[in-house]
Amino acid sequence: MSGAVQHREQSASALGAIENAALRSDRFRLEREADWQRLEAIVRKMEKGRLRKVSDEDLLALPGLYRTAASGLSVARETSLDAATVAYLETLVQRAWFVVYGPRTSLAGWLRGFFAGGWSAAVRAIGADVAACFAILVAAVAAGWLLVAHDPEWYFALVSREMAGPRVPGATPEILRATLFDNADQGGLSVFAAQLFSNNAQVSILAFALGFAFGIPSVLLLVQNLALLGAMLWLYSGAGLTLDFAGWIAVHGTTEIFAILLSAAAGLHIGRALAFPGPRPLLSAAAAAGQRAAVVMVGVVLMLVIAALLEGFARQLVDTTLGRFSIGGFMLVLWCAYFFAFPGTRHWREERIGEEGMR
Amino acid sequence: MAGKERKTRRPRKEAPGLGRTLLTPEGISLSIAISSRGARFGALLLDLLFIGLLITALSVAFLFMAGGAASIERTLSSGTASGHALQFLIVVWLVVLFLFRNAYFLFFELGPRGATPGKRINGIRIAARDGGRLTPEMVIARNLLRDIELFLPIVFVASAGAESGLAWLAATAWFLIFMLFPLFNRDGLRAGDVIAGSWVVQAPRPKLAKALSLEAPASVERAATMPEGPKYRFSEDELAVYGEYELQALERVLRDTRAKSIEPVYHTISEKIGRNDGWGDERAFLEAYYTQLRARLEAGLRMGVRKADKNT
Repeated sequence: MSGAVQHREQSASALGAIENAALRSDRFRLEREADWQRLEAIVRKMEKGRLRKVSDEDLLALPGLYRTAASGLSVARETSLDAATVAYLETLVQRAWFVVYGPRTSLAGWLRGFFAGGWSAAVRAIGADVAACFAILVAAVAAGWLLVAHDPEWYFALVSREMAGPRVPGATPEILRATLFDNADQGGLSVFAAQLFSNNAQVSILAFALGFAFGIPSVLLLVQNLALLGAMLWLYSGAGLTLDFAGWIAVHGTTEIFAILLSAAAGLHIGRALAFPGPRPLLSAAAAAGQRAAVVMVGVVLMLVIAALLEGFARQLVDTTLGRFSIGGFMLVLWCAYFFAFPGTRHWREERIGEEGMR
Repeated sequence: MAGKERKTRRPRKEAPGLGRTLLTPEGISLSIAISSRGARFGALLLDLLFIGLLITALSVAFLFMAGGAASIERTLSSGTASGHALQFLIVVWLVVLFLFRNAYFLFFELGPRGATPGKRINGIRIAARDGGRLTPEMVIARNLLRDIELFLPIVFVASAGAESGLAWLAATAWFLIFMLFPLFNRDGLRAGDVIAGSWVVQAPRPKLAKALSLEAPASVERAATMPEGPKYRFSEDELAVYGEYELQALERVLRDTRAKSIEPVYHTISEKIGRNDGWGDERAFLEAYYTQLRARLEAGLRMGVRKADKNT
């Protein structure tokens, strides 16, 4: 309030000066000076992060003041030789631009929009890449199976020895069975889950980031991970444990493999934009694709948290194949419904239409 | 004071190749300066230092709580209450490590200042390349790529020795492409910036604007309020000798309150125009000259005639 009163007083006293000013450019400046100073005061407060100290009145006036100062700058550049005023305006408009076009929502606000529709919309936006990656995924599992079925030596090319442990070609069904069940008494489940999450999240971020190389490494990473799955599937099916193994994987795999699939698709999306930018300039095509893919990636990290919890706890504690399938199946249905059938809340859709209209 | 700040500012803005023009959504061109690569490298080192310090401090606190590394193994497998507490600590620890690696930059760059502590110290911040709003999506995208640009190469080069042969060389070259990416484009974009549509610019400095605050140049009011008109009146010929460049030099002299240079400037001008009636009253003389010269040049400006300096 006090700012506005002061502002009025200033303009009253300035009135005399405006009439007296000898130069047209000085009159121009004196007429607008109060507005500029008010803008500067608001901007200074906001730069210091004291948003609460800015009154509602000032906050509403900010965009208008910014535009006035900006147009004042373009006039001053053309008509005024007062270097100090032009320099002052240049800095003022620049500072105001950073404030006016700074991040508008808080992180919490952004996350709300993310869950209310932003996430599923981003996944649908890269739908073509998801479909392509899904085809690659199926092919990779089949390839893993076929390679090992053709020559068991391939098994160790796909699965490292320390990772394989007792799960090697020629192991008896009892040993293989023991790797799937009765692990509930193992200590340190939560530590195991946290480690899983950390590793998986890092791999998925890598898959996304490598999309920068035209998406090829993203796809290769997907192929490598899924070929491993195919090889292990072959191993367990040889011991007649196909269903049990599928359940063991499904409990967290429907979430985890889905997440890895999405991160590879996000990487591929960027890679495609870089290789084939279409009619737009390369840089803006890459930026648009990157921003879409980034939203997907935030979701991927969240999915991996859930997957790690399922893998660390649910898989060890639920010891029947049926129970595991029902958990895994439920998660799969949940994800598919959320991504492909959920158009976003009405509030979110209205907001988005508003934003696009402004653009 | 004003003169001093202007001096420190000059090399920044006029450093070759850093100035850029940004078109805001309103169609106003804004002159900004992108950050130098050195400032960004310095900011990165500072941030890494902060992360390192934080992790070390937390690790020490963690070990202290757990009662030394040797006993961890024993307590963990004991299955007692303290074992569970330790498990919880390790989980927190793993999550914190992940967050430091991935969320430190994210957290700070999403804030209203758009800069990590290291960037802020170096006076730089991130902005949208198209002049629009800096969105969370941009910040996330540019920081997800930091992994292959920075952390992965370091881990990779450290973990595998050069003796691993050709594959190591190829991988090193591949990572170097990302690490050195900012050196090979005009705007110093790193791969993350390309993907995100962002860039790193010099943050505007509030202090500067204060120094150039809108004090009315004394000349205007004094000239206008004098009933008989300005004390010194200059003819068209006397004003025609100088252009915009000299006008702005004169403005700087007049704004400099220390006034050391007033006298030599007065001598130069009075010699050039062949008038010496301002002797002993140099400031008033120069202010009058400044006002009238500016009036003349601005009138020309409105008619589309520019006189850049005395030689044109």
